[in-house]
Amino acid sequence: MPVNFGATATDLIRFLPEIILTVMGTALMVLDPVLHKRASHAFGHLSIFALLAGIGGAVYAQSNPGTAFGGMLVVDGFATYFRVLVMVVGILTILPSYGFLARQQAETSEYHALLLFSIAGQCMMAAANDLIIVFIGLEISSISSYVLAGYLRDDKRSNEAALKYFLLGSFATAFFLYGVAITYGTVGTVNLTAIRAALSGADAPPVVFITLAAALMFVGLGFKVSAAPFQVWAPDVYQGAPTPVAAFLSAGPKAAAFAVFLRIFLTAFGPIGADWLPLVWMAALLSMTVGNFAALMQTNVKRMLAYSSIAHAGYVLVALTAQSDTGTAAAMFYLAAYAFMNIGAFAVVSHVSGRGERYQNIDDLAGLGRKQPMMAAMLTIFLLSLIGVPLTGGFFGKFYIFKAALESHLVWLAVLGLLNSAVAAYYYLRILVMVYMHEPGEAAGQTEPLTPGFRLALILPALGTLFLGIFPTWVLDCAGKSATLVK
Amino acid sequence: MLTAVPISWFLTLSAVLFALGVAGFVFRRNIITVFMSIELMLNAVNLSFVTFSYHQKQVNGHLYAFFVMVVAAAEAAVGLAIILTIFKNRSTLNIDDVDSMKN
Amino acid sequence: MPTSLTETYFPVLLQALLAMALAAGLLTASYLLGKRVRNKVKDMPYESGIVPTGDARQRFSVKFYLVGMLFILFDIEAIFLYPWAVVFRDLRMAGFVEMLIFVVLILSGFFYIWKKGALDWSKPEGAGRKQ
Repeated sequence: MPVNFGATATDLIRFLPEIILTVMGTALMVLDPVLHKRASHAFGHLSIFALLAGIGGAVYAQSNPGTAFGGMLVVDGFATYFRVLVMVVGILTILPSYGFLARQQAETSEYHALLLFSIAGQCMMAAANDLIIVFIGLEISSISSYVLAGYLRDDKRSNEAALKYFLLGSFATAFFLYGVAITYGTVGTVNLTAIRAALSGADAPPVVFITLAAALMFVGLGFKVSAAPFQVWAPDVYQGAPTPVAAFLSAGPKAAAFAVFLRIFLTAFGPIGADWLPLVWMAALLSMTVGNFAALMQTNVKRMLAYSSIAHAGYVLVALTAQSDTGTAAAMFYLAAYAFMNIGAFAVVSHVSGRGERYQNIDDLAGLGRKQPMMAAMLTIFLLSLIGVPLTGGFFGKFYIFKAALESHLVWLAVLGLLNSAVAAYYYLRILVMVYMHEPGEAAGQTEPLTPGFRLALILPALGTLFLGIFPTWVLDCAGKSATLVK
Repeated sequence: MLTAVPISWFLTLSAVLFALGVAGFVFRRNIITVFMSIELMLNAVNLSFVTFSYHQKQVNGHLYAFFVMVVAAAEAAVGLAIILTIFKNRSTLNIDDVDSMKN
Repeated sequence: MPTSLTETYFPVLLQALLAMALAAGLLTASYLLGKRVRNKVKDMPYESGIVPTGDARQRFSVKFYLVGMLFILFDIEAIFLYPWAVVFRDLRMAGFVEMLIFVVLILSGFFYIWKKGALDWSKPEGAGRKQ
């Protein structure tokens, strides 16, 4: 029987962002040997152009939502939200990278090509409706990020970050894949919608195997979102990786991994929600506690932000525990807010750390308020948002998450989460005290003047953070509408 | 058709290989060996895929195994390159010596 | 028709046993019947071949790893061509165009490593890595 396997125009339109990013990434690689050093800034410009085009493509695809490639891919509000989010993260990563790469004398097209490939993988994860597509997207994203983490090839710390990220990342992928195999064996399909149908049907397969598969996938994805007890890699990787890359890793792959997390566990494994619930709330609680208490003891800013990122993964897991549309919308909102404030905070660190990334300690931020008032003000916004102070995106993120938890009668989890936020306030405020109340040290005196690109890299996340804090309803409406579409 | 080896044997073998991979990852100290353990885990999963595919009389599982192999090869190339830079910078392949970041 | 598992695989077991018995038998026979001469020439790795020079445990050029890794990558990509080749008539033009895109992507990777000098064996070590 001849079947038409060719992709239709609709399929291709629904795959537009990935196509744009892949074509541009490949073009950058091929252009590099041709252009050599002549146009090192052009690579960044081209990447930003591709990402803007990709955002346009994602929005255009949303005008005609539906599945593509025989149900392997799905374009719905949820997919579009996360696609746009990861591409915005990409732009916000490239902006501070101009200055950073120039300072480290490491401007190449590979950096941008890898970034684009990684984002293409994340877009694919956001739109995946099939476990194998999830796996391929996850690997496209991860393999490029391994290289990016070790981008400064002659820097020992960067090497080490790449090695640890690579070893633990592949280890986690193997777990995820074993879960996929067991799901395939018990249900007979890897399509998320079909799995849901099979699990809620009358002759559902034995729940033992499905729970085992869900647990294995949970381990795999838990690693990717750096949730405790699978968080061991995060501090070393974020500390060792080049700072813009660390910012990217803490926002992009994490948001995409959470998108997959929500889709797999709420769509495919939704019918057995009661079976995997204990796993998620334990991980949520552990992540919040381990992240926040370990962050208290750090002296390196990047390492501290890494532990805080573990804690923030815990908050998002609380939203997943709620297993409701409110929870999903809260997680989506939180991930956007988190992306803005965290990338902003890392951008400040990348500027202060100077050539060779020497100044990474909290002490090195001393007196920044006097030397660089504008940068200090931006840092203040990001840190207040990370704490969750009203009028910032972080506040509403936490607010909606704990609201969703309360609606699902998880009072104790919400209470423990709030207590954790109080602990977190201490280490963020410690930085602010250092910035405003101490005499300028060696590092603050050495910082270079701000370039226009870098100003943009600070102002855009700050505006995003404030926008989410002052007008949260617009984004929340978007998220709320998309959240009901997940199933 | 001849009586086949029961499907559970393949699945048990796959589970044992996967567990060996996990054990190797946790207990071995040489980076290359640790990396090989990960490859072992991926191949164990491949065995599962092919077994399930055979059992369900589908070709899908075989194709998934193809995808896993390609991804594993890409991962191997990147991994070996990373390990090579580690060796160039530190002249050691012991995983306990690659530990320069702690407070 | 063999019915049980043991019956089905009995020939395999038999063959394995025979192979082992044959190998063991030949080795024992040569040990018992053969003449033993021990001298310097006899102990060389290649008794009547090239005289070995140096130590086998010397370090290899990093180029070997590079070429090895690139080989794995390009070799494994061919895996997708096999299933396509089996059904390419049924896939018709659409399948051909899709495979063409796939090959173009691989070729652009090839172009990249070529231009970066990764395939240039004569360049001194590391020269291909940095522009």
